[in-house]
Amino acid sequence: MKVIKAEQIHDAVVDLVLKAARYLPEDVKTAIRVARNNETSESAKEVLGQLLENADLAKESGLPLCQDTGLGVFYVEIGSDVQIEGNITEIINNAMIEGYDKGLLRKSSCHPLTRKNTMDNSPAVIHYSHVAGDKLTIKHMAKGGGSENMSRCTMLTPAQGWEGIKEFVVRRMAEAGPNPCPPTIVGIGIGGTFDLAPALAKEALFRPLSAENPDPELAAMEQELLDEINQLGIGPMGLGGQTTCLGVKIAIQPCHIASLPLAINVQCHSSRIKEVTL
Amino acid sequence: MATYTMTAPLKDEDVAKLRAGDVVKLSGIIYTARDAAHKRLCDMLDNNEELPFELQGAVIYYVGPSPAPEGRPIGSAGPTTSYRMDTYAPRLHSLGVKASVGKGKRSPEVRKALQKHTGVYFGATGGAGALLSQCITGAEVIAFDDLGPEAIRKLTVDNFPLLVVNDSHGEEQYAKPNFEF
Repeated sequence: MKVIKAEQIHDAVVDLVLKAARYLPEDVKTAIRVARNNETSESAKEVLGQLLENADLAKESGLPLCQDTGLGVFYVEIGSDVQIEGNITEIINNAMIEGYDKGLLRKSSCHPLTRKNTMDNSPAVIHYSHVAGDKLTIKHMAKGGGSENMSRCTMLTPAQGWEGIKEFVVRRMAEAGPNPCPPTIVGIGIGGTFDLAPALAKEALFRPLSAENPDPELAAMEQELLDEINQLGIGPMGLGGQTTCLGVKIAIQPCHIASLPLAINVQCHSSRIKEVTL
Repeated sequence: MATYTMTAPLKDEDVAKLRAGDVVKLSGIIYTARDAAHKRLCDMLDNNEELPFELQGAVIYYVGPSPAPEGRPIGSAGPTTSYRMDTYAPRLHSLGVKASVGKGKRSPEVRKALQKHTGVYFGATGGAGALLSQCITGAEVIAFDDLGPEAIRKLTVDNFPLLVVNDSHGEEQYAKPNFEF
């Protein structure tokens, strides 16, 4: 049994929170740079240029990339040979609170009905999975509300199949238009149950933008959807152009013979993900 | 497409000359308000209470900034998505508000209100909050401190870069998606 101390997890989570909020992943920056070079529209070039400048400024100044530093989302993989000293949910939540406080990140969590702010960004949204091995992997996403609001889940019929999935996704992104801060990254969960499809869609967004889907068929489907979304012509911030979406990430699971669950989790261009393995 | 420099609060004649696609470098005083603050402002109007700022000519920025680091007036401060304020915006325009700043589409009711009351909807670049905060030279909470990031702040801005998305003549700058709805 490998023992992992509470303090180790705490410090690692504080670090994840601070880095995710301030440093745009290099592959996202590269994708924005390439898009700017390919764009012919002046407004698209201008917006993409501002995003690159913003990323540099955040890195230098320590200001968060975006004022919406999101809810603190965590996907945690616990190895079967790992023993954690303490309650991991408490450790992660407390570390997240410390990170948001220390990093001067916005506290964006509130009671859903009274809308009273919890003032410390808690609670963290944590998903656990148990895997083989002696590692603990913590993946963190700072998930903004604007793009999250454009996300959808539906239960298609098996007969609708891939064509139905494409129709739903492209229609959704057309309806969303400028709202989710395009160029977006689109996470798609296909299969599972009503509750599992959105969790898959979000998990898909943890795959780095530059990392191809290891399944060649899914990789081809991602490319097909990416092309269709970009043909919408919505462009950066909705002002027109070829760059509406930077990447599509699909995750699938077997589902009931009666069902075809589908979820779309929309991510803005400021894809703030960071992970650590202990 | 023209570029203008303007000072807030705005006048009808400032707004009337703006066309969708124009760029405005805005200086002067603007006010932050988003979801919870809008609800409270409208509740105050219902109760005939005095509002925390003058609506006549006002520019409202839909933003909930991140906390200010030492030596800076404000943290990151980019726009939030505007449609959530569509419920309240026509009423505020009818009472003299001249402009809002946000990102994303507005409802037909808001677009009509802009035409009727000579208002304008500006877009700022979403997700560029660190960069945009450099144009904010002063910030002071003037109401609803308990709302944290949603409190109303009086901001002083200097050449804040804005794009006219919806003008007072019924025109819009957003691209229409190539999709048959």
